[in-house]
Amino acid sequence: MKLSIYRYDPDKDQKPYMKDYEVALDAADRMLLDALVKAKAQDDSLSFRRSCREGVCGSDAININGKNGLACVTKIAELPDHVSVRPLPGLPVIRDLIVDMTQFFKQYHSIKPYVINTDPPPERERLQSPQERDELNGLYECILCACCSTACPSFWWNPDKFVGPAGLLQAYRFIADTRDQATAERLDNLEDPYRLFRCHSIMNCVDACPKNLNPTRAIGKIKEIMVRRAV
Amino acid sequence: MQIRRFDAIVVGAGGSGMRAALELARSNLKVAVLSKVFPTRSHTVAAQGGIAAPLANSTEDNWHWHMYDTVKGADYLGDQDAIEYMCRRAIECVVELEHMGMPFDRLENGKIYQRPFGGHTQDYGSAKMAMRSCAAADRTGHAMLHTLYQQNVRANTQFFVEWMALDVILDPQDGACVGVVALEMETGEISILQAKATLLATGGAGRIYWATTNAFINTGDGLGMVARAGLPLEDMEFWQFHPTGVAGAGILITEGVRGEGGYLLNKSGERFMERYAPNNKDLASRDVVSRAMTTEIKEGRGCGPHGDYLELKLSHLPPEDIIKRLPGIREIAIKFANADPIRDHIPVVPTVHYQMGGIPTNYMGQVVVPEGASKEAIVPGLYAAGECACVSVHGANRLGTNSLLDLLVFGKSSGEQVIKDMRGQPAPHRTLPKGAGDATRVRLARLDSASSGERVVDVLNDLRRTMQAHCGVFRFPDDLVSGVKKVTEIAERASRIFIADKSKVFNTARVEALELENLVETAMSTIISAEARKESRGAQARADFPGRDDKNWMKHTLWYKEGNRLDYKPVHQKPLSVETMEPKVRTY
Repeated sequence: MKLSIYRYDPDKDQKPYMKDYEVALDAADRMLLDALVKAKAQDDSLSFRRSCREGVCGSDAININGKNGLACVTKIAELPDHVSVRPLPGLPVIRDLIVDMTQFFKQYHSIKPYVINTDPPPERERLQSPQERDELNGLYECILCACCSTACPSFWWNPDKFVGPAGLLQAYRFIADTRDQATAERLDNLEDPYRLFRCHSIMNCVDACPKNLNPTRAIGKIKEIMVRRAV
Repeated sequence: MQIRRFDAIVVGAGGSGMRAALELARSNLKVAVLSKVFPTRSHTVAAQGGIAAPLANSTEDNWHWHMYDTVKGADYLGDQDAIEYMCRRAIECVVELEHMGMPFDRLENGKIYQRPFGGHTQDYGSAKMAMRSCAAADRTGHAMLHTLYQQNVRANTQFFVEWMALDVILDPQDGACVGVVALEMETGEISILQAKATLLATGGAGRIYWATTNAFINTGDGLGMVARAGLPLEDMEFWQFHPTGVAGAGILITEGVRGEGGYLLNKSGERFMERYAPNNKDLASRDVVSRAMTTEIKEGRGCGPHGDYLELKLSHLPPEDIIKRLPGIREIAIKFANADPIRDHIPVVPTVHYQMGGIPTNYMGQVVVPEGASKEAIVPGLYAAGECACVSVHGANRLGTNSLLDLLVFGKSSGEQVIKDMRGQPAPHRTLPKGAGDATRVRLARLDSASSGERVVDVLNDLRRTMQAHCGVFRFPDDLVSGVKKVTEIAERASRIFIADKSKVFNTARVEALELENLVETAMSTIISAEARKESRGAQARADFPGRDDKNWMKHTLWYKEGNRLDYKPVHQKPLSVETMEPKVRTY
C-alpha cells in the first residue's frame, strides 16, 4: 500500500512536506491505523495520536484523501491504492498529524458540558422515562474527535467565536436532558451572531462524523427552541 | 529541571483518576491531574456492559449477595474487607454518578436499567442471575468517562494533558513519596512535580500480550514506576482473558451480549457452556468460560477453516433489542468481523482484557508494602486506585462490571483519604531528596545519545508474542520456565533500545520507548509470579497443578524488581462486619 503522509517537525523543518511510504500489509491489517503503525515501524519519527483502535476514544482523527475520519475504523479495502494522509484541517499543527486542539476543547467547555440541577439530590437516582432517555441518543455518543468541527467552513473562519458542530451537539445534549434545569441559561449563552448562528447548514459535519451523529439536526433543534422562546 | 509544587497530584485521568480528582476538587487543595492522553481518550472509554450495584431495580438484590459473588468470582483470593467495602458503597457511588448526569438506560418506571452479567447471582450463588449491571446501552464506560470529565470541567480541575509521568520520587529517609518526574510531550521538557500526596491511577498493561482488548496506551506506566522505585507488585500472575474478543482483531465484545441472552456455539452448533457450567452456563465467570472455549478449540470443536475460534450467537434476539441495547457491539462486529449480529454469528476467542494484580493498596487507596514485622506498612504520600492497584477486590478473577465500580469506589475513597491525611498532618513540602530525578535523566540521556541498538518495535513485538505463547489461558510448566528465560533476555535487549527520532517536539518514538520499559517490568512480574505459583486459581490455570491449594497458596504474591525476588502475604479473609466467606469448591 502507498501512503503519502504530511510531515512537519518545527524542530527541524522549514515547512511541511509530503513523504511517501510503501507499506507491506499482512492479512491482519484491516484498518488505515494498522498501515500507519507499519509506516511508523519503518520510520519512528512519524508522529500521530492513537489509542483504543476501535473508534471510541477519538484520538486518531485525521484527514484521509481529503475527508476527515478516524484511522482506526477506516477500512484499507475501501480506500484507493494511493492514500494521502494529512492532519485535521483548520487547527494549528504541532507535528506531523498531531494538531493543537485547544480551541476545539475551549468551545466544548464554553457550552457548560455538564448537567445543571440545583435541587437537592434525592437519595436514589433521578427518574427519567425511557422516552426521555431516548432523547439523548445520537448526542451523548460523541467522542470529541473533532472530525466535524474541522470539516466546517464556519469553524475554519471563526474558531474563536463559533462554537462549532461538536460543541453545539453537546449543548443540545444538555438541553435535551430532562434532569437539566439550565435551558434558559444555555440558550442565552448561544444567543449572539456567532456562537450558534454561524451554522449555515452546510452539513459537512454530518458527512464527517465517524459515529454517524447529526450535529446539523441538533443545531436546528436549538434554533427552533430559540425561535419558540422569542415569540 | 523545573519544579512545580502541588498539594496532591493524580497520575492518570481515566475513571479512577477523574473520580479521585473530583473528590480533591471539592477540597481546597492545589491539585494537578497528569494524563498522557486527553482525559476522554483514557481506556475506561472502551468499557461496555455496565457497572455493578445491587439497586434491585429489576430483581431482588443486596450487597451481601454481591459480596458473595465477588469473593467466589475471585476464587477466594480477594481481600474480604475490601470487597465488603466496595459492595457496600456501590449504590452510593452509582447513584452519585447518575446525579452527575450519566445517561443510564431506563426502565419504564424511570429507574436505572440493569442487566444480568457473568457470575452475578441471587441468593449466594444460586442458578438465578441477579440483574445488577447498570448500563448505558453498551457504551457504559464511554458515558461514565465523559460524565466524570464533564464534572471535572465544572470543578475547574487543573489537567496537565499529554504529560507522561516517568518515575516516582521517594525520600530515602523514610520511603515517603514526594512527587513524580514527568515529561511534557509537546515540548519534550522534563519537570519535577512535587506533591505531598501522589495518587497513581495509570490503568492496566494488557499490551504485554499479543492479542488484547487493551488500547495502545495501556502500558503499565504506574507499575513500572513503582517497580523501579523498589516497591513490590502484587498478584501479577492473574490476567483475565475475556471470553469474547473479536477473533483476529482483539476488539472487546461485551459480556452484556450474553447478559441480554446471547450464547456461545462450537462448530457443531452446540451450546457447549451447558456442559461446563450447568447452572449459569454462558454467564459463568470469565475464567471458567475462557477455559471452556480454549478446551473446545484444543479438542477440535472450534469454528472456521482452522478451527481456531468459536461463535457468539445473538441473532435469535429481536433486532430492535440489539439496536437499542447493543448498538456499539453491532457497529464493532460489522466493522471488525464483517458480521451483522442481527443475522450473523460473531467469531470470538478468549482475549487478554484485565490485570487483577497491581500496586498493593488497602481500601483507602494507600500503598502498603512489607516493612519490618508488618506485611502492610503504609508508604507515606503514595496512593493508587483503579486497574493499576491491587486492593485486592478481584483476587484471582474479576467479575464483569466490578471494574467500573472499582474505579468509582476506590477513586472516591483514595481521594477522601488524601484529604484526610493532608488535614491530619498539615506540613510544608519536604525538601526534595538529593539527586531527585537523576535516574530518569540518565535513562532519557541514554535514549537521546544512542545511535544504534535494538529497535523498540522489535523488542515490543517479541515481548508480546512471548507472553502470549508462554503465559496464556492454560499454563504449562515448561512454557513458564522457558518464558522466564525469554522475558529475561528481552528485558536485557530492552536496556539497549534506541530511537532514530531525536526531536524535542511531541516525540512519540521516545514515549513508546519509555512505555516499553514499563511493559517489560509488567511482563517480568507476571511470568515470574506465574511460574512460582504452584496451583490453579481463578485466571491462573496450570496443567501440572490443576487444583486450588488453599493450604499452601491462599496468599498474595509480591514481586520485587531487584533480583526478581518474591514474597507473600496473607489474604484478608475477615470482612469488615459480616462473617468470613469460607472457601468452597467453585462451580457455576
